[in-house]
Amino acid sequence: MSCHSTIAEPFEETAPVPAGTARMRTVALIGPPNCGKSTLFNRLTGMRQKVANYPGVTVEHHSGKMKSIGRSDLTLIDLPGIYSLATYSEDARVAVDVLTGKMPGVPKPDCVLLVLDSTHMNRQLMLAAPVFSIGLPTLVLLNMSDQLEARGGKVDTLALARELGHPVALISAAHGIGLDVIPEFLLRAGSRPNDGLRPVQLPVLQSAASCRTWATQVTSRTKYQSPTASMWTRRLDGVLLHRIFGPLIFLAVVIAVFQVVFTIGQPLSDGLGALLTSAGAKAALLLPDNWLRALLRDGLWNGVQSVLVFLPQILLLFLFIGILEDSGYLARAALIADRVMRSIGLNGKAFIPLLSAYACAVPAIMATRTIENKRERIATILIAPFMTCSARLPIYTLIIAAFIPNQKFLGGVIGLRAMVMLGLYLLGFLAALATAKMLNSSVMKAVQAPFILELPQYRWPTIGSLSLRLYDRGKLFLKKAGTVILAVTFLVWVMSVLPIHGGQFSSLSASVIGRLGHWIEPVIRPLGFNWKIGIGLLSSIVAREVIVGTLGTLYGMDPATHALGLQTALRHDITLGGAIALVVFFAFAMQCTSTLVVVRRETNSWKLPALQFLYMTGVAYVAALVTNQVIMRLF
Amino acid sequence: MDVLALSDAKVGSVGVVDRVDLPDEVSDYLAHLGFLPGTSIEILRRAPAGDPRVYRIDGVEVGLRNETARHIFLRLNSDAANEAK
Repeated sequence: MSCHSTIAEPFEETAPVPAGTARMRTVALIGPPNCGKSTLFNRLTGMRQKVANYPGVTVEHHSGKMKSIGRSDLTLIDLPGIYSLATYSEDARVAVDVLTGKMPGVPKPDCVLLVLDSTHMNRQLMLAAPVFSIGLPTLVLLNMSDQLEARGGKVDTLALARELGHPVALISAAHGIGLDVIPEFLLRAGSRPNDGLRPVQLPVLQSAASCRTWATQVTSRTKYQSPTASMWTRRLDGVLLHRIFGPLIFLAVVIAVFQVVFTIGQPLSDGLGALLTSAGAKAALLLPDNWLRALLRDGLWNGVQSVLVFLPQILLLFLFIGILEDSGYLARAALIADRVMRSIGLNGKAFIPLLSAYACAVPAIMATRTIENKRERIATILIAPFMTCSARLPIYTLIIAAFIPNQKFLGGVIGLRAMVMLGLYLLGFLAALATAKMLNSSVMKAVQAPFILELPQYRWPTIGSLSLRLYDRGKLFLKKAGTVILAVTFLVWVMSVLPIHGGQFSSLSASVIGRLGHWIEPVIRPLGFNWKIGIGLLSSIVAREVIVGTLGTLYGMDPATHALGLQTALRHDITLGGAIALVVFFAFAMQCTSTLVVVRRETNSWKLPALQFLYMTGVAYVAALVTNQVIMRLF
Repeated sequence: MDVLALSDAKVGSVGVVDRVDLPDEVSDYLAHLGFLPGTSIEILRRAPAGDPRVYRIDGVEVGLRNETARHIFLRLNSDAANEAK
């Protein structure tokens, strides 16, 4: 699809390309934040690193083979965005270490692809000076050519190449335009001996001011015309950041997400559930009536399918997150919410990691690397798991669909179920606020780093990028169902038929798991939970979704509830107080091994994850206890 | 020409950055966003709560809290200043 374009070379004579001299092995992608490095990385490698329309999405280095351009021999390293070679934050340190060959385990790059946003050349070129001074062969890629042209900007790549002493090309990574220059450059960079002929005049002192002066001189000498401001962005911001409409729209967007998850998602997942149940029943008929059938149908299938049915709702949630991230609205949301963040003493930079924790706490905790202040970073890590991640969605929707009537308000626009869901999200958020406030007024008291937020231009999310996100998310979810959840349900099943007496399986309550459940029941009884919920809670320490799988298996094996669906079975077995206490427990509890592991990795100690686990479980227990006792007395 | 803090300039006014009085770490970051003496700057809008405000500097929109903007100074363009009056 790419149209042909050429590299603007600084020198007239381009050396012929002798065969067999290419020694390029490792290519580094570098550039300022949000200039499209990861989009280009994904284009060149066919991989799928996370991309979105805000600065600081990439916080680690990622490597991939450049398969998409037929160069599997070359390794491309995607790096976090940097403004200069100064390293104030963790993510910038990673980028500079890799670039200068100081990162253990990563080979020193043989050449560099410097990606710059062509719509802001004065500013973006400032990075060119320090990158050139590293001395590696460098191709300057001016990205977002489509936006530059659409808004009447002009850049003379040939003049710029002469001025910089490095080849320059105009590309659009998002649309795949102009990318054929990259293999061409790599071929030449490998063959050309280091001629030391760079006539480029770099600023002597590489301070921001001198780089800036240099960049401005370069752009004015090469007659760069910066594009006009996007009228769309201005007009949209006039509404979306409006004094009154701004916050209202923000609220409406959030409510709409939950409403859609229920009004569109629920019927879809009910349909999927019916389909999976009947498929399981039909498949079971093909098997002889023995222990294998019991294992497959009652154990594994019941467990796994009760999680699988939430696929439509998870996908809908991620569709919304994708639209918000790719359009650029997220940065505006950060601006609107900053007042709240500041009142609890949190850095504005904490907002984006916290927002991404609504998908999953693991990438959110990694994204805290953009926070320079160590104490604030730890505070953000501590509160991120309170944000309602997508793994809580299955248990939330299961309980809400089973216990909350489908009542509508305001002429059917807002439903009670969506409001309860919103309440649970709010609950997690409030817990995060309270925790942050507590940390701030005690151990974490520190000078605050300032809030500096770039507002990217609005862009239309492309269907392609959204469907890729959904595909990846769907795959991840199915993979989890097929591995972790399958394994835990298998374990639960085995423990619920053992010990075997005279060739007969134990009854559920006499089994290992039944006895374990009854043993812990006194602890959770005041919360309104029975022993099955208790086993569910224990198993969900692995991952939150697991509880649904475990409950599916346990209720599927119990002769009393065998024929009922999971929702109906739960309605028969626990009270309203217990049910609401259960979701409240999940709003607060740290039921996620992956999060604990990543906190351990990011902080280099088990102290923080252990503290986090105990604190969150403690809060969850007390909150669930209060919830159950209050509801029991009210209803 | 008046020099005043960015946080005191009215929304809609246009000027040129005069100086940035912030710790190195912060001013360096700001400099890479364009906050350097001589760069033209426009006070674009305020967030719904009034703070942070959005500045347009050299074609880029940047949100800053007033507590930070208080330490950045600008010289208003005289024509823009007259218009504001």
